[in-house]
Amino acid sequence: MSRQPSERPSGGLSINRIVAVLIKEFIQLTRDRLTYAMILVMPIAQLMLFGYAINGDPRDLPTAVYVQDQGPMARSTLAALANSGYFRIVRQATSPAELDDAIARGQVQFALTIPADFSRRVVRGDGAQILVEADATDPAATGGAIAALANLPQVALTRDLVGAVARPAAPPFEVIVHRRYNPEAITAYNIVPGLLGVILSMTLVMMTALGVTREYERGTMESLLATPARPIEVMIGKLTPYVVVGLIQTVVILTLARALFAVPMAGGWLALSLGVTLFIIGSLSLGFLISTLARTQLQAMQMSFFYIMPSILLSGFMFPFRGMPAWAQAIGGVIPVTHFLRVVRGAMLKGLGLAEMWTSLSALGLFVVAITGLAMARYRTTLD
Amino acid sequence: MTLAVDVTGLNKSFGAHHVVQDLAIQIETGKITGFLGPNGSGKTTTLRMLCGLLTPDSGEGRVLGLDFRKDAEAVKRQTGYMTQRFSLYEDLSIAENLDFVARVHELDRRRERVRDSLDRLGLTARKTQLAGSLSGGWKQRLALAAAILHDPKLLLLDEPTAGVDPKARREFWDEIHGLSAGGMTVMVSTHYMDEAERCHDIAYIAYGKLIARGTAEAVIDQSGLVTFRAEGPGADRLARDLATKPGVVMAAPFGAALHVSGVDRAALDAAIAPYRRPPLVWTEVQPTLEDVFIRLMSGAEDTFQ
Repeated sequence: MSRQPSERPSGGLSINRIVAVLIKEFIQLTRDRLTYAMILVMPIAQLMLFGYAINGDPRDLPTAVYVQDQGPMARSTLAALANSGYFRIVRQATSPAELDDAIARGQVQFALTIPADFSRRVVRGDGAQILVEADATDPAATGGAIAALANLPQVALTRDLVGAVARPAAPPFEVIVHRRYNPEAITAYNIVPGLLGVILSMTLVMMTALGVTREYERGTMESLLATPARPIEVMIGKLTPYVVVGLIQTVVILTLARALFAVPMAGGWLALSLGVTLFIIGSLSLGFLISTLARTQLQAMQMSFFYIMPSILLSGFMFPFRGMPAWAQAIGGVIPVTHFLRVVRGAMLKGLGLAEMWTSLSALGLFVVAITGLAMARYRTTLD
Repeated sequence: MTLAVDVTGLNKSFGAHHVVQDLAIQIETGKITGFLGPNGSGKTTTLRMLCGLLTPDSGEGRVLGLDFRKDAEAVKRQTGYMTQRFSLYEDLSIAENLDFVARVHELDRRRERVRDSLDRLGLTARKTQLAGSLSGGWKQRLALAAAILHDPKLLLLDEPTAGVDPKARREFWDEIHGLSAGGMTVMVSTHYMDEAERCHDIAYIAYGKLIARGTAEAVIDQSGLVTFRAEGPGADRLARDLATKPGVVMAAPFGAALHVSGVDRAALDAAIAPYRRPPLVWTEVQPTLEDVFIRLMSGAEDTFQ
């Protein structure tokens, strides 16, 4: 019996019609090669990248020490510190000022001071102390290490203290911990300034990438290119409104950070302004560059995500930067958000200025120059 | 006679696809030239090369007296281009679109020009309406107004009337003739035969090559085509039978009638002889432009396949 389409009941669900749509959808999916690639590359790349890179309990944190006591007990204490796995001694400071500078610039996560009378006081049982200062900007980065410090006095001197001085009841010395920059370990102090970088990237990169791609997709670029407008004129004209958008976002986020979360504003306004400006321009240029590579708004969206995901996960925004393995830190180092976060947190929480943060600021400058140059080279005045 | 467009040896390839091949074309100032040819024959590519939107692989010549490759910027300033697809901003209003075009061309008396343009269009009352909400015919009129806002000397129109109703098309062509009368040179690509006949001149290209050139009458005469028309009951049903007969280039129904064409009169006569009987009435007619183009199209295919 032949079944004519008209014989079928029109009200019910038709498997054939569902299959028809299904097949069409699969074919279209394979037509867009970028989407096809994203379906496979995205999960694999991100799993490998973030699965291995992200570590909520960072170890081997760079530590500077200022040791005034040359005795064996100080050496044992340092050895025990290193053996805990959380501390890696990278610097022997010769003055308290040097120690202070290293932690302020973010070169080290911890600064340890062992006073001159340390051994003597331990032997006498006279309240021996060591001082550990932590850069607690990101409470998550220091949490594990600080917890490990509690155990240090019990284990550090077991071999040195024998006989009469071995008193297992009371610990031989005390570890004083100073959490600097964020003494109450308030996560919002670290996250809120970081959000500035993430929000600016998300809106600015995506808005520009979509804005320009839309002109190609809708065909309006054809008219625009037929006018005497030059590429640089189009670029400046298209990006300037978004600079304003970025500045408004910055003001809103900073105002709310202060009003709602009481995030400290320690100063460093000049460095912060310069960082924000460079970052906004760089993000817009990146969006423009993406638009010269993407053919559709969907592709532009996917490429933007490809940039934004590592910006969130590898920049030190969500997870401690020092918790990542060296290769992941290297990747994080080329992500502009990483440097922007350092500038924002440095300025807001530590009050650092241009001099202390020139490396991150020049990294942002390099980002702007490189991306703008690439975008200009890619942009065509013709439809070729 | 001055030439607004005088280019030779125009070539353009996209990958392995040679879209425009050694094209040479001259267009007289103030004339309306119809650009015809099958889909994918290189019409749009040629127009885009002339207005600097595409870089030709090779070719030289002058557009508006300027070297069209070296002085592409200067050519752009004096050329209006209306794209095949509506390419104004749908999320801007009518007035905002015109204002943008006026600014990007750095026109003097901007407000005045936009106001005049709106008046001419009859859109002054609707100037705040979004361009995207206009109907096809109005979009096309707005696109034309935008393309001529800067008083170009050369106007390039890429299938401007696709999907537009007959009345709007008629008005559009009246406007084009008005512009031409004012000295503007117009190049218009189209698939409509009635529009081709409204042009002063025709250029027919197929597979990237210029096949025929001249007035509509000249193109018909040059084709050497002989056409017979059969009328009577069932005349249109004979097309399939006749099309395969030797000497018949094509046989196509025209409503209830049938057009049979060929280039060899004797062979054509022989082919239709068996059908010359009542109730069919056969008359020799002037071939239409469409007959000629279908002939050119099939001829070109033979050559290039």
